[in-house]
Parts: sequence; C-alpha cells; structure tokens
Amino acid sequence: MTQILQFLMLPLVHLIVALIAILTFIALNGLILVYVERKVAGFIQRRPGPFEVGPHGLLQPLADALKLVGKQLVMPRGADRILFWVAPLLSFAPVAICLLPIPFGPYLLGLNVNLGLLLVLAFSGLNVLALCLAGWGSNNKYALLGAARAVAQSVAYEIPLLLSVLCVAFTCGSLSFVDITASQTRGLLSWNVFSQPLAFLIFFVSALAETNRAPFDLPEAESELTAGFHTEYSGMGFGLFFLAEYSYMIVVSAVASVLFLGGWSGPFFSGHWWMLGKIYALILIMMWFRWTYPRVRFDQLLNICWKWLIPLSLINLLGTALIINLVR
Amino acid sequence: MLDKPSFSLDGDYYSSRFSELGKGEGDTLVLNLGPQHPSTHGVLRVIVELDGEYVRRAEPVLGYIHRMHEKMGEVKTYVQYLPNMGRVDYLHALAWNWAYVGAVEKLMGLEVPSRAEYIRVITCELNRICSHLLWWGAYVLDLGGFTPILYAFDDREILMDILQIPTGSRLTYCYYRFGGVSADLTETFLTQTRNFIERFKTRIPMYHDLVTGNMILRGRCEDIGALPAEMARRYGATGPVLRGSGVAYDVRRVEPYSVYDQFEFDIPVGKNGDAMDRYDVRMAEMEQSVRIIEQALNQIPDGPFINPDVPDRIMPPKGEVYFAVEGARGKIGVYLVSDGTARPYRLKLRAPGFSNLHVFAELAQGTILADAVSILGSLDLVIPEIDR
Amino acid sequence: MTTTIQKTMKGLWSLIVGLKVTGKEFCRPWITVHYPRQEVTNLDTFRGHIDLVPVLDDPEKPLCIVCRRCEEVCPSGCIRIEGHVPGEEKEVPVRQLLLVSNISLPHSAAREPICATDKTLRVLDGFSLNYNLCSLCGLCVQSCPVSSLTFSSDVYLAGASRKDFEFDLLQRLIDRAGSTKLKKAA
Ligand code: SF4
Ligand code: SF4
Repeated sequence: MTQILQFLMLPLVHLIVALIAILTFIALNGLILVYVERKVAGFIQRRPGPFEVGPHGLLQPLADALKLVGKQLVMPRGADRILFWVAPLLSFAPVAICLLPIPFGPYLLGLNVNLGLLLVLAFSGLNVLALCLAGWGSNNKYALLGAARAVAQSVAYEIPLLLSVLCVAFTCGSLSFVDITASQTRGLLSWNVFSQPLAFLIFFVSALAETNRAPFDLPEAESELTAGFHTEYSGMGFGLFFLAEYSYMIVVSAVASVLFLGGWSGPFFSGHWWMLGKIYALILIMMWFRWTYPRVRFDQLLNICWKWLIPLSLINLLGTALIINLVR
Repeated sequence: MLDKPSFSLDGDYYSSRFSELGKGEGDTLVLNLGPQHPSTHGVLRVIVELDGEYVRRAEPVLGYIHRMHEKMGEVKTYVQYLPNMGRVDYLHALAWNWAYVGAVEKLMGLEVPSRAEYIRVITCELNRICSHLLWWGAYVLDLGGFTPILYAFDDREILMDILQIPTGSRLTYCYYRFGGVSADLTETFLTQTRNFIERFKTRIPMYHDLVTGNMILRGRCEDIGALPAEMARRYGATGPVLRGSGVAYDVRRVEPYSVYDQFEFDIPVGKNGDAMDRYDVRMAEMEQSVRIIEQALNQIPDGPFINPDVPDRIMPPKGEVYFAVEGARGKIGVYLVSDGTARPYRLKLRAPGFSNLHVFAELAQGTILADAVSILGSLDLVIPEIDR
Repeated sequence: MTTTIQKTMKGLWSLIVGLKVTGKEFCRPWITVHYPRQEVTNLDTFRGHIDLVPVLDDPEKPLCIVCRRCEEVCPSGCIRIEGHVPGEEKEVPVRQLLLVSNISLPHSAAREPICATDKTLRVLDGFSLNYNLCSLCGLCVQSCPVSSLTFSSDVYLAGASRKDFEFDLLQRLIDRAGSTKLKKAA
C-alpha cells in the first residue's frame, strides 16, 4: 500500500495520473454539462428538456456523443487540410493543462507550481488561436467573420481578466493556487470575493466573454453567422469544439472559485465537494444568463470592455496596490 | 465536359449582377444571407456586400416561395379560392380571409349580419395578437435571446386552441365566407377568450420585464434602422413599420370597414422610427387588440352568423373592386376584376410585407451586420406573403 | 457623467429583473404536453380529414346521395366519387363543373338544397379521398346537402408514403361500423 502511494508520489507518475484523471473528469463533465444545460433550458422554458433516452433523459448526452462520433467528417472544398483538422484538437488539448495546477481539494492537485495562475492564463489563451485557425482554414465566409470576432473579443477581454486576477495576486502575494486557497481558509469572510467584489464581477464577465458564452457568444452568433467559426465542422470536429467550450467553462469556474470563493475551503467541512459545488454553481449561473439574455452587438461588446471593464479594473488594481502598501 | 462542375462557385445570376452593379473600392466581401439562414425566417435571400462587418450594400432577392396565388385566383371559382387566403400570410390568415371575402361582398353588394361582423372582429384581433406574439419571440431570437419565443408560444398555443373552436384549424384558417363566417362562436369560445384576456394582461408586464426593459435588447434596438416618415411613405410601407415612424395610418381608423368604428382604441405610434419604436408599436398594438376584443365581446349581438340570402352561385357582376384591411404587417389589399363569370378575371393581392421589405436595402446601408439582422427582424417579414 | 452612471445602474438592474423572471419560471411546472404518454384534450374541435356519415339505422350505409357537389366544390380536387342508379347500370354523370359555386350551409335550413328535390335514387360505390392534396378548407362538408360528410379528429396521422393518405372513405365507414358492432357484441 505504502509502496503504491510512494510510486504515485513520483512527480512524473503523478503528472500522468493527474492528466488521465483530468481528461476523464472533462469528458464526464462534458456529458453532464450538456445534460444540465438542456435541462436548465427546458425548465426555464417550462418544458421537460431531454426525456426520452434513459430515465429522465439521462442517457441523452451519451446518445448525442455517439451520434457525433458516428458522423462522417466532411471537409469543404478549398479548405486548408492541416489547419482545418488541427484547430479542434488545438482547441481542446490545452484544457487538460489548464486544470493541472488547480487544487480541487487539500491534496487533490495535479501539479503544484508557484506560477499556476500564469500557466492557466497562458494556456487558455491558446483557444483563441484554435478558433482563428478553424475560421481561416474552413474557407467559409461566415467562419472567417466568426474567427475575426473571436480574436478581437479574446484579445480585448484578456486584459480586464488579467487585471482582476492581478488584484487577487496582490492581496495574497502569490501566483500559486495553493497559496491563494490557503489564504482564504480562515472562514467565510476571508474569501476574496468580499475583499475584491469588483474584481470578481469583472472576472466573471470577462470569463463569460473568454469562453464565448451568451450574452457574449458572438463568434458563433447563429442568427448572424449561422454557426460562426464552426460552421463547416461536422461530427467529432464539432464535438471537440463543443467539448472545449464546456471544458473552458469548468476551467474559468474553477479558477474563479479558487481565486475568489475560497477554493475547497468552506463552512462546516472543507474538501473537494465544496470546490465542485462552487464550480457548478458558477456554471449554473452562466447557463441562467444564456437562457435569459439576448446577445450584445460586437462593437458594444468591445465598448463594454474598453470603456468600462478595463478602466474599472485598472482603478481597482491601483486601489488595491495602494491599500496594500498603506497596510504594510 | 466532365472536369467542370455543373454548378458554379462564382454564384448565380443575382450575385453576379449584384457584384457588377457596383464593386466598391477596397477589399469587400459579398455574402449571401439565405435563402437558408437562421435570421431570414424562411426563404428570403439577402445579398450583402461587407466591408469588415459593415454592410456596404444589401439587396433582397425574392421568389423562393412564389406560389402563384394571384394566378390561381384566375383559374378557381370564387369559393374555391377561399383556402388560398389562409396561406398567403399564414401568421395573420384571418385578415387575408377578410380582405378577400370583403372584396367579393363589396362587389356583389352582399350584406353581412352584424353578429358575423363582430365575430370577424374578435377572431381577426385574436389572430393579430397571435401574429405579433410570434414576431416578438422570433425577433428576440434573432437578437440571440432563446427563451422569450417559448413564452410567447405558451400564450399563442392558448390562442390557437381558442381559434380552433370555430375554425377547426390552428394556423391556415379558412373561416370567413361570403356574407358571414362558417360557424358560430360557442359559449366555450367566449369564456375561453375572456379567460385568455385576463391572463394576457398579466403576461404583458412579464414580457416587458424580461425583454423590453432589458439593457442589452435596448442596445440592439435603439437608434437602429431609423426610418424617417418620408422614406416610409416613399416605399409604401404600412402597418407597424409606418406607425413606428410616427404616422398614425391604420386602415381600421382611416377607412373603417366592418364595425371598427364602434370601438374605442388608440393607434400607437413611435417617434423616430427605429427598431425600438417598431417594437413598442407592436407591443402596444397587442394591448389595443385586447381592448377591441373586450368591447366586442360585450357588444356582440345575437342573430345569424351568415347572410341566408347568399346566392348559390357566386357570380359577381362585371366590375372591379378594391378592399383593404389592416393586417398585422400592414395594409392588405385585394383588387378584383370580375367579368361576370364564376371566376375572377384578375385578382391582385397587395402584400404589406413586400413594401416593408424594400425599406431594408436602404436602412441596412452602413450598419453593422448584426444591426442589419436586427432591422430585418424589426420589419416583421413573412416571406410567403411577400412572394405570394 | 452622473446620468451615464444612472443609466448604467438602471440597465444593470434590468438585467437582474430579467434573471428574476426566468428564475421564477424555472421553478414552475412544465406546461408542455408529453406526447406519447399524454395527449391534448381539445381534439373534438379539430377538423381533420373528412369522413362519411352513416344513415341512422344502418352504420354501413352512407347518407350520401351521390350528388357530386363535394367533388365539384373541392378546390384541391381530392375527392373522387363513383355511384350508379339502381336498375340502370350506368354511372352517375359528373356534374358539369362549376355549376355550383357557393356552399349551401347545412345550418341555414331556410334554403332548399338543390339535390334533395332530386328524387332519383343513387347508390354510392366508392368515395376516395386523396388526403395529400386536401387543404382542410371544409368546403366539401359545408356543401353537402344531406350532411353526409363530417370531419374526423384524426391528428395522429403518419405514413411512409403518399399511398398511406389515399383513403377509401366507404371502406373506412364499413370498418368503423364493424368495430362498433364488435363492441356492441362484446
Ligand atoms: S376539406 Fe376542402 S380540400 Fe379537403 S376534401 Fe374537402 S373541399 Fe377538398
Ligand atoms: S355532397 Fe354529400 S351527398 Fe353529394 S356526393 Fe358529396 S357526400 Fe354525397
């Protein structure tokens, strides 16, 4: 038993096990989130949602996944063969790395690096590259427009996202998720959301935009661009984009709960259940938004970012820095 | 021969003509929106020239659902043409029913019993609410809000249940007859209509909370596609599109037909004719329809629901006639020429959507693609009606 | 400046109001009818395809007097009728098209239907309806002088080919009669 544990603690083995665990977690979550999203949509719209496959439609996502896997992969004439197929993989692959440094529980952690925050931000930025490639490689005008939107949107929203994350890093004095969580274990009020409410709001809004969720789902605005960057994708090509979108929802919710909501710490008991609960609560709120709001326009989206979020987060950052300096 | 594909990737007649007409300077992109596109509600095709996301030029292409309704009028007898009217504009089928039977009645000098007139008013207004509800949901759907259309369908479903009682159908009604209607209103119809009105009065504030007040929606509608009254007149736009621009032109008021002069109702108008004004006008119109229905329910007299003296053979005397009613999308006109036989000599249908659509090309110029979609949605187009 | 902030605050509040609405609806029960398990209840007012009405004392014999008005008035031409006059082994001639243009409504009893005065006895041999073409206008039902036609409330119709919607109404009438007889016997 101890030998096994020791073996598991070897860094490389640990990493591989963690990666496999994370991939399983993502795949499972993809299924669950598809189901949850459709149920939420259904309930908001006063209908049952999926109901036919399995009890209460529980097996519906599985059936959907099977359908996607079974579909023919079609590539449009004139598309760039390499870019077209690399894009969905590139969109999905970084997710696993993004979840590595996030502590799901006191010991449930893939990789303890002191620059964890930076790692996540760096790799989540890859997604926009994937969307861009998909749009460019598809040889489709709608996809191209979608890709252009995706790039502009991601570049713009990365800034307030970073700034609001920086506020937390300032207050905690660390870029490591483990340290940041540790600093919030002294009860409910030590959660960063109470000391940095503005940063939390900005982070959440930017995260919605980064993950292309409604009301900021412009790259795939179906009433304007039919399906945006993934117009030409069928079968698993589309499936991977879809999975990536849900995985990024998990990533941003996980980061948000670690940074602002105390991670795995919570009242009554601490542990991974709290973390999961927080992640899911945030995702549910995202879904609630999606089924309530219309979509913003492209220039409005950028206006919100450049005229409101960036100045606000800058002020917030300066204020934070000032207070920290004064207190010290 | 075989190495050339049988279709051309360069586009068809319309798109090549579109590019010929004026290739703008700079790097522009010609994009076909439709005929299968989520925001064209059916089979409208719009060719746009984009400069980035800005629309340089837009041109609607029609005819994908042309069904020769006007020609059909010439080969069918007067009675046999009745079911066609439910299919020209399937969202406000009863207004078309009315326009056609009204024209024939006017030509023949047929009397309509007053109960029948009230029945027509009640059912036509219910149908108008139906149509506006669908527009409301579809418009918000165009703007990316998924849920409102299902709330609208909740109410619409009740309305269709109600209208099913006398008409027997749910969408393509064929209910009005020369000299009246084909079935009387039952007690269930009346009570269900009253219940619906009570319910609907609580639903409208909910709609306003969910959508009208919403900051995102207002951002998508306000100052978008402002249509000056002069321009609306130039294109012959009618209905909420014209009223949104501040012209209180409503056929029910300016040339009252049937018993519309017996009711009190307002003609809601907008100010600067942007998408938000058109939106507000339609929302207010639903409330006015409810007002009309309430009054009609209170006033409805007893009596026959169809004129018993309608001749067996409908053969209107030689002559021509024009009859117009106010549909959900604007002025519906039927122009009929009779040569004294059992079939019309010529039948011309004035579809309001046709005039309303053509405002689009001018309005969309210089807007962002997303605004063009918003404008298109705010015009409330029903493509089968435009193509006829 | 202050007005901008005020407007923004109002706008943000409107977003919360929207969330409240959908949140409330989320907690309320479904309103959809769950088809294979439940069915809608208002089918009695629905007008489906047409069916023949039997005479009072014999459920297998239709009221129809083979006047062919329905065939003639139908805008879509989906009715085909065959009949004969007993004794003369001759088909009932197709009426000259377009003689009758309006419908004599069965309810407006004030008017004498043309064909009821026609005393010749005719027997219906076949009544086929091509439901693919029917536009459900109801003109045939309303033009029948003896109310031999009625609407069925058959909404759950589905078929794999056009053939499935070419109905033999006489056969349907006999089948229905058989099933009611069986029920009675049971
Ligand atoms: S309902 Fe109309 S279309 Fe159908 S069979 Fe009767 S007359 Fe013909
Ligand atoms: S109109 Fe009635 S009686 Fe005449 S042929 Fe048709 S079903 Fe028979």
